[in-house]
Amino acid sequence: MPAPLNALGAASGARVATPGRSFAPSALRSSTGFADGRAPLRGRKVAIDVADMADALGAMIELDGWAARIALLPPGLSSDARRDLLAVAEVDAIVGDYRDLLAVAEVDAIVGDYRDLGINAFTYDVGALRPAPPPVGDAATQWALPTSGTSGKPKLALHSLASLTAAIAPAPPTSWGTFYDIRRYGGLQIALRALLGGGDLTLTSADEPLAAFLARLAGAGATHVSGTPSHWRRALMDASTPCFAPGAIRLSGEIADQGVLDALRTRFPHAEIVHAYASTEAGVGFAVSDGLAGFPARWLDEARTPALRIEGGTLRLKGPGVASAVLGADGAPFDAEGFIDSGDAIAVRDGRCHFLGRVNGTINVGGAKVSPEVVEAALAAHEDVAMARVAARRNPITGAIVVAEIVARSGALASPALGQAILARAAERLKPHEVPAMVKFVERLELTAAGKVARHG
Amino acid sequence: MSARQTILAEIADVAAMQKKPLAPLGDDLPLLESGLDSLGFAILVARLEDKLGTDPFADGGAFPSTLGELIAFYDRVPA
Repeated sequence: MPAPLNALGAASGARVATPGRSFAPSALRSSTGFADGRAPLRGRKVAIDVADMADALGAMIELDGWAARIALLPPGLSSDARRDLLAVAEVDAIVGDYRDLLAVAEVDAIVGDYRDLGINAFTYDVGALRPAPPPVGDAATQWALPTSGTSGKPKLALHSLASLTAAIAPAPPTSWGTFYDIRRYGGLQIALRALLGGGDLTLTSADEPLAAFLARLAGAGATHVSGTPSHWRRALMDASTPCFAPGAIRLSGEIADQGVLDALRTRFPHAEIVHAYASTEAGVGFAVSDGLAGFPARWLDEARTPALRIEGGTLRLKGPGVASAVLGADGAPFDAEGFIDSGDAIAVRDGRCHFLGRVNGTINVGGAKVSPEVVEAALAAHEDVAMARVAARRNPITGAIVVAEIVARSGALASPALGQAILARAAERLKPHEVPAMVKFVERLELTAAGKVARHG
Repeated sequence: MSARQTILAEIADVAAMQKKPLAPLGDDLPLLESGLDSLGFAILVARLEDKLGTDPFADGGAFPSTLGELIAFYDRVPA
């Protein structure tokens, strides 16, 4: 069992920095960012819902070992999605920053809304620390992380600090940086590596230009930098920060194709380049460092942690990093032997396992997940659409983009203008990456025996 | 239409579709400052693959960082 994060020693001089804030994790031994102190949060189930990642990480550090449960809310939630997540996570407290809201009345309104849901609201600001006694909590805090599913009821994978850190080997202090949001599993892994190793951590924000972030990474001396293949493709297009030259590059969260691995090798000839496989439910599966896409098929037969197997065409994992339960899901996430199905389809070719994508058809656009069914429903909302089928098209910039085939209602003229009108309507209810980039009109779409639109495997 | 004309026309089209203001398109323009975001570039590259019949990004060479380099990227493969 690792010691709780709130027991992090005061010796380290490491710092965590975002564009707007900077703090030393060790300072939280003797001070707190909670406006009302951390005492009222002891033993509670707490959602962290702040904009700045430094605030989020400060609250995580203070609450681990102190709260009964920490639920991480990703940024940019609609109020409906937030309410659903709060209910599934069964929280009774929420930590917000609220400092962007100017009027006290607005804050009062928000706090009042939460009170109606039986949730107490607290404010947190790691930029305004006040003296506090060291936390003495050593509760086995549960960590609830939203899974990346996009349709239906939200689900949260339940972890412990032990399961979250199962893949983290002891290492000397290293200066880390990540393109990720640390409220997601991949980003949290990097934050925990920095905290446990006592190293600096450089984080970004949603509105920071890429070149500015790369310059801050270079300025902070970040040697270990992680992101999705799409983050890295975008970084490869930057020529304004030649001093950005990390010694270790880590890719995860999307399929790393040979093209991006080769392009990184060309641009950063001396860097260690690793692509890792992880999921919120299954934890960290493995890291591949031979510069080739996919992973060696012999790993399936070796004694590894976690154990890997392919069954029904998808990758399954069993090990100490797997979530203990999934809130909001029906039944246990494991099979009888304790393996969790990742839902990632695999093909074995020439001794190598290659990822084919999600078996449920979920499309990964630059790390953001798209449910084809949600997009199809948005397209079908236009009166001239009889039927729609949405699919992924391979893309060298974002890994995939969304494309659609549409059967026009009889009598409607299947013109480019109609295609534009359908997309414009769909865009009102979809996020930008969910809107099909291309539309093709077709005469008919196949249906399965169950009457659903047939998807190509 | 030359590869250059096709690329410039598609950039303008994608920016209009995304309702993004576009920087003046000179050869020295850094791609990251053009106004297109990651998704915009993804759509641009997919459209150019259909129009020009090639996807030079898939080859894994050095990525272009200016508009001029992007055009050269497509020009080096006969369309």
